[in-house]
Amino acid sequence: MRRFACAGLLIAAITPVAAVAAGDGARGRELYETRCIGCHSIEADRIGPRHRGLIGRRAGSVAGFEYSPALRAATLVWDAATLDRWLTDPEATIPGQRMSYRVGAARDRADLIAYLTTAR
Amino acid sequence: MQSLIQPRRNFLAVSGAGVLSATAVAVLAGRAAPAKAQTASMADVNILNVALGLEHEAIGAYELGAKSGLLQKPALDVAVLFQSHHKAHRDALAAAIASLGGKAVETKSLDDYAKALNAGTLKSQTDVLMLAARLELGATNAYLGVIPAFKDAKLGQVAARLAADETMHWTALSGTLSRALPATALSFGA
Repeated sequence: MRRFACAGLLIAAITPVAAVAAGDGARGRELYETRCIGCHSIEADRIGPRHRGLIGRRAGSVAGFEYSPALRAATLVWDAATLDRWLTDPEATIPGQRMSYRVGAARDRADLIAYLTTAR
Repeated sequence: MQSLIQPRRNFLAVSGAGVLSATAVAVLAGRAAPAKAQTASMADVNILNVALGLEHEAIGAYELGAKSGLLQKPALDVAVLFQSHHKAHRDALAAAIASLGGKAVETKSLDDYAKALNAGTLKSQTDVLMLAARLELGATNAYLGVIPAFKDAKLGQVAARLAADETMHWTALSGTLSRALPATALSFGA
């Protein structure tokens, strides 16, 4: 019985805390065009940094963009899980950040992440 | 400056946590700040500064449109009117940030905005109006999306009022572009 319990702990340790559902990138692009475009674009730094190459990039690392001290000091790397946390509640993810824009619906987050994943 | 907050009694009847907000709200409403302001909420300052950056860019975008030679009357007059709204938003936000003890972000150069918005691709009045509509819709949703993050709920209401202006701009621009209205309710924010 103890062996099963240990196996369970091992599985829990290697399983992501909250897996992000596969999203619809086409719908994500539509969402991006209406919800994110106020501050961001794929190619250019605007109020927020450009999103081309976001996946796999360390937070706060776009050269020339003026980040908050909190983002500059962050060690977090953007992937589906970290982006899901960030879009759910930026301040809880990196306290002191400036974005604060929240995407409440899990499906919307998944679709946005699917789209951003295509912007390599 | 036009008042963003009315009636006053709704906003000054605050708890201790709201005293700070009364300062910002008073400034947004065009009134002098209370003499003894509390320490600012930097979280709210940060959100207001992002909003200010967005307003700076909107002013720049309309400036680019007006100077492009692509806009004809009456679209040009509408663009100038909407730019004046964004300037009023800018002034109100900057004053509120200052009242909270923050430093307002500066505007960038028109060249910077032209580059960021890829303005070189604009070739017609329709192109300019489509860019403006895109930015106005983005601004609407940006304001709606940060409302839950404000520590001071009254600033959330200010954001909602700014979003209403942006929505009005988007609606007018969409009409000019002969675009259909949203087919479903609750199409903004979420």
